Amino acid sequence: MSETPGIPAPPEEPPTEQASRIGVDSWVAESEGRRSRTPAALLARGWESSPDALKLLAFVAIASSVPFWMNEGDLFIFGLFTLLYAALGLGLNVVVGFAGLLDLGYVAFYGIGAYAYAELSSSQYGIHWPAEATIPIAMAAAALVGVVLGFASRRLLGDYLAIVTLFLGQAFVFFTNVANPTIAGKGFTGGANGIPQLDPLTFFGYQLTSTKQLYFFLLIVVTLLATALYFANQSRTGRAWRALREDPLAAEVMSIPVNRLKILAFVFGAAVAGLCGAIYAAIETAAVSTNFSVSVLIIIYAIVILGGFGSIAGVFVGAIVINCTFEFLEPQNDHPEVKRWLFYGTIVLLIALMKPWLKPVLVLAGTIGFGFVVHAIVAATTDASWTSGVPVSGGRWIGHWAVIPTGTHANFDNYVYIGLVVAIVCTASLKGWWRTAALVPTLYLTALAWENVLALNGGITAFVLFGAMLIGLMATRPQGLLGTARVEIV
Amino acid sequence: MDETTPEPLLELKSLSMAFGGLKVIDNLDLVVNEREIVSVIGPNGAGKTTLFNLITGIYRPDDGEILLEGKSLVGLAPHTITQRGVARTFQTLRLFLNMSVIDNVMASQYGLTKVDIVRSMLRTPGWWKEERQIRARAEKNLSFFGQRLMGYRWSQPAYSLSYANRRRLEIARAMATEPKILLLDEPAAGMNPVETHEITELIAKLREDGGYTILVIEHDMHVVEGISDRVVALDHGIKISEGSFERVATDPKVVEAYLGTKAAATK
Repeated sequence: MSETPGIPAPPEEPPTEQASRIGVDSWVAESEGRRSRTPAALLARGWESSPDALKLLAFVAIASSVPFWMNEGDLFIFGLFTLLYAALGLGLNVVVGFAGLLDLGYVAFYGIGAYAYAELSSSQYGIHWPAEATIPIAMAAAALVGVVLGFASRRLLGDYLAIVTLFLGQAFVFFTNVANPTIAGKGFTGGANGIPQLDPLTFFGYQLTSTKQLYFFLLIVVTLLATALYFANQSRTGRAWRALREDPLAAEVMSIPVNRLKILAFVFGAAVAGLCGAIYAAIETAAVSTNFSVSVLIIIYAIVILGGFGSIAGVFVGAIVINCTFEFLEPQNDHPEVKRWLFYGTIVLLIALMKPWLKPVLVLAGTIGFGFVVHAIVAATTDASWTSGVPVSGGRWIGHWAVIPTGTHANFDNYVYIGLVVAIVCTASLKGWWRTAALVPTLYLTALAWENVLALNGGITAFVLFGAMLIGLMATRPQGLLGTARVEIV
Repeated sequence: MDETTPEPLLELKSLSMAFGGLKVIDNLDLVVNEREIVSVIGPNGAGKTTLFNLITGIYRPDDGEILLEGKSLVGLAPHTITQRGVARTFQTLRLFLNMSVIDNVMASQYGLTKVDIVRSMLRTPGWWKEERQIRARAEKNLSFFGQRLMGYRWSQPAYSLSYANRRRLEIARAMATEPKILLLDEPAAGMNPVETHEITELIAKLREDGGYTILVIEHDMHVVEGISDRVVALDHGIKISEGSFERVATDPKVVEAYLGTKAAATK
């Protein structure tokens, strides 16, 4: 082609050795080299380089061993429900993680699955269909509602989609709890009492009743689900979902039918939730609408956010961490020593991440010393009722370190709370060594709040912890534990 | 002179489009023949990008016809139009930034491929076969850019690419839909002189080796001069001039559109 005046002649084809180095940033390479020597980086590299099939195999192997060393009660709480939450998280991960649609009605599909099972396998209408018929119907029912919702909101994105789907979630609870239409002489959804006395899961005449049987059944379901969704994500559909998450308009112009794929993602999430709902109803032998409220939705979201949107392995990690923390904190599953280790262990771990190493040592030593001094002063200046309380989570020396008044000083808890909030705000607004110094009373107040209030109210504490954890996660690793960092740049 | 060619690839007939009272495209006729490179020039706000948005179905024209190989594209969804054989790039880059380079080019082959999600989840032989085809096509399209988008970058996220390489990747992504006509929206915007020269050669190569028909919006007159078989000048949505680069560039109407009447008078 003709040389145009004003355009400098292009350089001669550079030697290939030089050419292949275009874009290789020596600074990035060096910085990555430095980082790769830390233990965390080695662990991360090992995780990334091992094939995904191996990871799943390792999980299945460890998970199969659990029933052999855990007692029946713990297996039900920690094992079975972790798997159930993992399955729920996998479904939500398709909608929110793969396709990037903020679906706040997810929990309604879970409920629809449960009620579908309840209608068809209980004494409600005297229909006792086996699970091999009921579960597909439950999935289909949830998927059908997913199609309707997906079609209705196919043009919505972000906040608007969230509002519409949240409406579905609330409408479902309202419908089952309050509307409860009378069909064939009976309340269709049983109102606030729900539908009791469901049949156990029965496949081709084989009944799953014991916790172990249910556990292994769920393990198979979760494994198959994870594999199927992993394969789906590696296909043209998975790529299309990712593309529409990144830029719906560009995806549409690049031959991807965006609306159809959005509905497909909805349907997939709904079907998985329906499956989980049916299994959950059979495990609980009841379908009650309060089990499908927003608080359950928050737990499922916490699982997916903690693990990292779009990461299947992350869902498993999230389910294990969140379910086990939640259950440990429940008052009826009282393991005071576990509670104590979880709480103080987490705090020490977080403090240990501070740099340079002198800071965490000083803070920890300071906090311990500070506690004993405060306790000694309070013990010397007030009567015994201020320091004679028993630490809830036990521990030999905590009674001599934390100020725990007896029940007569009811307002003490509230002052501790207010003091803690003030201390956190002060710590956050200070800089450098002042912040380090402010950490000492803050940590002590945290311990006081824990010993006086939080350890007593597991349910509330769990949500406080979730909140704190998610805030911490967003600040340090917004992509979640195993998620891929997303970059929003132009 | 347009009527001399028997079967134009893309034909716009008295196309009109208004945003409220503002006529952005006004009674526009345009023909692009097979294996032709046509440049659209015009000052900012002349309606060039709107023209692309109309052809690709993002907007619907108020009036007129858009024909690809004699079949109307009006009213079709953008993804259907792309499947019919129209692919585009964006003036403001719209890559799938958080996907890898090769995934960008693989994702845009959705309309070419058939294996549904159930078969994907079961990994049937059909899935394996199609997946190999998708990857091969992606690699072929990326290889078109030579050293610039070479192997070691393909698994990197698209956001790690330089600006110029993002423009190249957008072209590769559009090529992967296997279009009959490529619409390039300012391919040389934001590039340095060397890169601009490369783009000029690349567009010529797209036609010679790739066999594409190309409609290109460009502001850089060196590029327009270097590549165009024909130049169309727009102003306020009206075609003010058409023909060879020399003819359009010296057309008083075009000079007036760019520089104003007084300048045209002193010329």
